[in-house]
Amino acid sequence: MSETLVEVKNLKQYFPVRVGLTKTIPLKAVDNVSFTVGRGETLGLVGESGCGKTTVGRSILRLYEPTAGEVIFDGEAVTGKNIQRMRKQMQMVFQDPYSSLDPRMTVEDIIGEPLDVHHLCSNRKERREKILELMNYVGLNAEHARRYAHEFSGGQRQRIGIARALAVDPQFIVCDEPVSALDVSIQAQVINMFEELQDKLGVAYLFIAHDLLVVHHISKRIAVMYLGKIVEIADADELNGHPVHPYTQSLLSAVPIPDPEITRARQRILLEGDVPSPLKMPSGCAFRSRCRFATEKCTQECPALRDVGGNHFVACWNR
Amino acid sequence: MSECLLSVQDLHTSFFTDAGEVQAVNGVNFNLDRGEILGIVGESGSGKSVTAYSIMQILADTGRIVGGKILYKGEDISTWSEKQMQNFRGKACSIIFQDPMTSLNPVFTIGNQLREAVILHTDKRGKAADDRVIELLELVGINEPEKRVKQYPFEHSGGMRQRVMIAMALACEPDILIADEPTTALDVTIQAQILELIQDLQKKMGMAVILVTHDLGVIADMCDNIVVMYGGRICERGTAREIFYNPKHEYTKGLLRSIPNVNNMKKKLVPISGTPINMLNLPKGCAFCARCDSAMKICLSEPPEELWINDEHKAACWLNVRDAFEKGEASE
Repeated sequence: MSETLVEVKNLKQYFPVRVGLTKTIPLKAVDNVSFTVGRGETLGLVGESGCGKTTVGRSILRLYEPTAGEVIFDGEAVTGKNIQRMRKQMQMVFQDPYSSLDPRMTVEDIIGEPLDVHHLCSNRKERREKILELMNYVGLNAEHARRYAHEFSGGQRQRIGIARALAVDPQFIVCDEPVSALDVSIQAQVINMFEELQDKLGVAYLFIAHDLLVVHHISKRIAVMYLGKIVEIADADELNGHPVHPYTQSLLSAVPIPDPEITRARQRILLEGDVPSPLKMPSGCAFRSRCRFATEKCTQECPALRDVGGNHFVACWNR
Repeated sequence: MSECLLSVQDLHTSFFTDAGEVQAVNGVNFNLDRGEILGIVGESGSGKSVTAYSIMQILADTGRIVGGKILYKGEDISTWSEKQMQNFRGKACSIIFQDPMTSLNPVFTIGNQLREAVILHTDKRGKAADDRVIELLELVGINEPEKRVKQYPFEHSGGMRQRVMIAMALACEPDILIADEPTTALDVTIQAQILELIQDLQKKMGMAVILVTHDLGVIADMCDNIVVMYGGRICERGTAREIFYNPKHEYTKGLLRSIPNVNNMKKKLVPISGTPINMLNLPKGCAFCARCDSAMKICLSEPPEELWINDEHKAACWLNVRDAFEKGEASE
């Protein structure tokens, strides 16, 4: 196991939701989530929409003020006070390359903004050189530095977003669904770029996505979330080969595999019904309302992550 | 050979925009047999959805079919009037869309919207229509249909709404169901439920399905035959096995190389270089030539014809023509 770079401890992120005139109840978007990301490692975070995976990424960078819990980066706790400095080490790439770039800024200014914010360049010449180097890194034509974001295709815009994240030389990047808005042929270009940058710069990723094949490809370890909690976390091959949690099992069996023989020979484990509303969570284990193995115990108490051997952790009473 | 339900012949559909004519579909041919599941796969802008919309004649105002024929049971429906088309839609052919959130009217109840389809297309009225609505909801696997008919779309989840859309499409048991990216907006576990439902219903009712998607996994799972589109043209077609195990067009090969390999997850992906083509400025030759690593001189100047690879496989790529030519010469 490589040295720990980011440690997330009992992270909780509740959002107040108004019911009626004055009463509010907490929506537990992220509930007691703990994990670590090693130096230069990629941790995949998967789950269905609304399970809180994006919120985890945003809470780590304090785009939301966490309700409880800590994030420790390289031995130092991230707080509201030092976050400005910490963001020099931790950056984010957003899902939608169309709305995450300011349409009124040129590419040069978009990539240069983090350099200005953190006072990383002493003069204009240095700034310009750094920007061109970054554009070169992500495979953008340096002649396009004066263009605006709308003049680029989706894949190129995502490259601009990545260059912006890389501008401050971070050690950790939260990638929030960075390829899901792109076409398949462009996805591969961007995924390869993430991998090459990691080899070259040793940057660690928290790779949030719902495409399990892509996550399996890029990640060393994978964490599976369901309704605000991590239900299983293991090495990528181990998780895909021997899923233990009933939710992971059905999630993996539901992924359509682009190979007619394999996908048709496979037995799908269909889940009944829909994900419950996070405002009306079932008691005990959040998954029990859709689980084939649910017992009396599952209704009473929520299972904690437990080691099943080989760096494989599962939160389930029956496994 | 089973009965040919729908035959699309040399279809050309263009959009007339301020920036000029966009030839979204450029000479597409295919046949759909009764009971077949045909997959149309391609990237955004490849013309796959426009092909589907052309069949239903539900193109945007700027779009028009500018050439070709669409034969339904031998009759050319591309010349039909709007009134005739209204009979075609729903009874002969139905469509479900990508986004179940926006395809339903938010101010009417589910029951109301389903009843409308039943009353418009069948002679059931009153109690009989209500019973049919309940029956349809049961068919698509919605629990407590009596309660559900009184609810509004916002009270249903995405998967439920897509089920309602499917129920609506099946209201008068069409021969053809067009599913335009039916599961793209849904989560994987819900996607699996909906795909299973479409497969079940297809078997039960014996209808033909055209599944339009960009997801190669969904295509591999569902389809008998596959059509691969790029830049408004068909570049390859064949049975699922042929397309996945024996691709003969450089674009299809590129697509399959650019997704993670199931048997070797850590293998490096091989992306297709370049960017998607600009539909306003189509190349003279093969649409894919600008991104193709093996492009030859002829690829730039002349669009390739489709060539039979074997009985169940056709591809439009000059490389195959060259290979066939070389083989032919060798045997002479």
